[in-house]
Amino acid sequence: PAETFHNLQELRHSASLANKIFIQRDYSEGTTCKFQTKFPSELESRIEWTLFEDTVKTLNNYYAEAEKIGGQSYLEGCLACATAYLIFLCMETRYEKVLKKIAKYIQEQNEKIYAPRGLLITDPIERGMRVIEICIYEDRGSSGSSSGSSSVSGSTAR
Amino acid sequence: MMKNCEYQQIDPRALTVSPSSAQIHTVKKVQRLRRKWEVFPGKNRFLCDGRFILARQSGVLPLTLGLIIVTCCLFFAFDCPFLVEHLTVFIPVIGGMLFLFVTISLLRTSFTDPGILPRATPDEAADIEKQIDTSGSSTYRPPPRTKEILINQQVVKLKYCFTCKMFRPPRTSHCSLCDNCVERFDHHCPWVGNCVGKRNYRFFYSFIVSLSFLTSFIFGCVITHITLRYQAGKSILQAIQESPASVVELVICFFSIWSILGLSGFHTYLVASNLTTNEDIKGSWSSKRGTEDSGNPYSYNSIITNCCATLCGPMPPSLIDRRGFLPPDEAGPAASTSEIELPPFAAKNGTHMCTQSTKDVLERMVHSSEFQGLCPPGIPKTTPLGLEGSNTAAPSTEPLPSAGCSRHHACHSVVTPCPPFSRSSRRDSLHSINPAFRLASPSPSLSHTTLILGDAPDMGFILPREHPLTTGEDEES
Repeated sequence: PAETFHNLQELRHSASLANKIFIQRDYSEGTTCKFQTKFPSELESRIEWTLFEDTVKTLNNYYAEAEKIGGQSYLEGCLACATAYLIFLCMETRYEKVLKKIAKYIQEQNEKIYAPRGLLITDPIERGMRVIEICIYEDRGSSGSSSGSSSVSGSTAR
Repeated sequence: MMKNCEYQQIDPRALTVSPSSAQIHTVKKVQRLRRKWEVFPGKNRFLCDGRFILARQSGVLPLTLGLIIVTCCLFFAFDCPFLVEHLTVFIPVIGGMLFLFVTISLLRTSFTDPGILPRATPDEAADIEKQIDTSGSSTYRPPPRTKEILINQQVVKLKYCFTCKMFRPPRTSHCSLCDNCVERFDHHCPWVGNCVGKRNYRFFYSFIVSLSFLTSFIFGCVITHITLRYQAGKSILQAIQESPASVVELVICFFSIWSILGLSGFHTYLVASNLTTNEDIKGSWSSKRGTEDSGNPYSYNSIITNCCATLCGPMPPSLIDRRGFLPPDEAGPAASTSEIELPPFAAKNGTHMCTQSTKDVLERMVHSSEFQGLCPPGIPKTTPLGLEGSNTAAPSTEPLPSAGCSRHHACHSVVTPCPPFSRSSRRDSLHSINPAFRLASPSPSLSHTTLILGDAPDMGFILPREHPLTTGEDEES
C-alpha cells in the first residue's frame, strides 16, 4: 500500500487537520508523570493498538527515569544545595537530559510510525506535561487505514 | 559595498513595484518573532527578556532584601572588627557565607518559575468540555466540576479550573494573585514576591533555614559583642553607646527570629510529612475528616524519604517556555497591520551607518508618506534569529500594543540587521546581514538598507552563534 504522507513536513504543510485527541495523565500512582495507556477509539482505524501502547509505555518509562528519586538525584540535589543552587546555571539537570531523549524518541516515532498513518504526536512538554496531543490528519484516500494515493495532494487544503 | 550605505530618502513612488496585496502580506511576515513570555496570560512580570519571572506584585521583596542587607552591613561594619580582634577571624567569614547563601536562595526563590502550568490550548479545552458533557444551558456558569480519581487507593477530587480551562492535576492550586495554576502549590509568599510551588520550594526552604541560622548567628554575635564590652568594665549603657548599630541589629534579629524560626520549624514538619501549606491549612489529609483511609497519599511513610524527595528530588523543568518563540501565525493577525516593521534604511556614507539615531530615523519615517508600504518584501516568515547573548536591556518588557505606539516599539524591537560592510567599528559588526532578510526589491538603495538602531550596542541583537555571518565575514549580498 502506498504511503500517503512521506515525511513530517508533507504532513504538516499539505494535509488538513481532521481531529485532535488528547491522552490524559494517569494519576493512580501519585503526581509522577504518567500517561494513560487506554486506546482511544478515534485511533482504532488508524493504528494498531500495540504500537500505540508501546509508544505510551516507553514515554512513561522515560518520565519515570527522569523523576526517579535515588542515588543520582540525591547527589545532584545535595551538590546543588552545597553550591547554593548556582550549579543549575551551568549544568544540565538529569531531567533535562531525559527530556531531550524523549523529544528525539517522539520525533523518531513520528517519522517511522505515525506520519505514515496520518498521525502526529506532540511532545507533552509543549502542552505543560498534561496531555499527549495526537493530531489526526485527513485521510486522503478512501476511508480505512489504507493510505490513499498521493495524486489527490493537489486538492488538499494548504 | 560601501556605496550601498548611502542614505537616500525613500521615494514612495519607487516602491510601487509589488502589488499592494503582496505588501500587506509582507507586513504580516516581517513581524518580529515574539517570545512566549510577552503573551503570557498570567499576572507575572518578566525580566531580562524572559529569563527571570516574578509575580506582578512584588510584595515586600525589596523590604526583605533591604532588611537582610542592612543588618548584615551593620554587622560587618560595627561588630565584626571588635569580634575579630577579641575572638576569631572566622566570624565574618561565617557571616559572609551565610549572607551569600541567604541572598542567593532568596533571589532564586523570587525569580524562579514556581511550577506554573500553562493554560490549556483551545483544542484541549474543547476536548475536556466534550468529555464533561454538560448538557445544560450555556447561559449560566455551570457548577464547579470535579473529577474523582484514585491515587494510591485513595479517592482524590480534581477540580476544574475555569481560568486555565483544565482539570487541575493533584496538588495543584490556582493562585489568584498571580492568576496561574501552580503545581504542588504551597503558598504565595509576599516576602519573597512569588508563589512557592514545586520548582522553588527547595530554594524557599533553604532560604528560611539559612535565614534562621543567619539571624541567630548575628543575634549571638551582637550579644557577645555587647557582653564583652560590658565585661571590659563599662556599663551596659556605655557599651551600647559605643556601638549603636548593635542595638538596631538586635532589635531586627529579635523580632525576626521568632517568625523565621517558627516558619522553619513548620516547613520542616511539612517536608517531613510531604505536605504543602495549602493542604495543611485546608486539612485535606487530616484524620479528623473522613473515616476511612485518609492519610496523605503522596507520603512515602518515611521521614527521610519524604525529605529527600521534596528537597533533593530531580528538578523539574519549567513548563511555560518563556523564551520560546511564538509561531508567527499566533502572533495575532489583528496586530500585524499596525505593527509596522520599520523599513531598512541605508546610512550616510557607510561609516556613519550605524550611528544614525533611532529618533532621526523615526522622524524621517513619520514625515515621509506611505509608510505602510515600505516594508521590504520578501522577508521570510520564519527566521529564527535566536536573540540570545547580551540582551542586557530588554527593550520591550511588556507585550507590544496592538495599536497606537507601535512605531516606537517596533523600532526598538526591530531586528533587521545592518549589512556587514564597514567592519571598522565594533558596533557595525553587530549588524551583519541575515540572508533571510535579503530583499527582492528592485531599488538598489533598499536592497541593503537596514534600520539603524542608535543605541545599537546596548540592544545587543546578536545573531545566533551558528549563523555563518556572525563569524565576521564580509558577505556580499
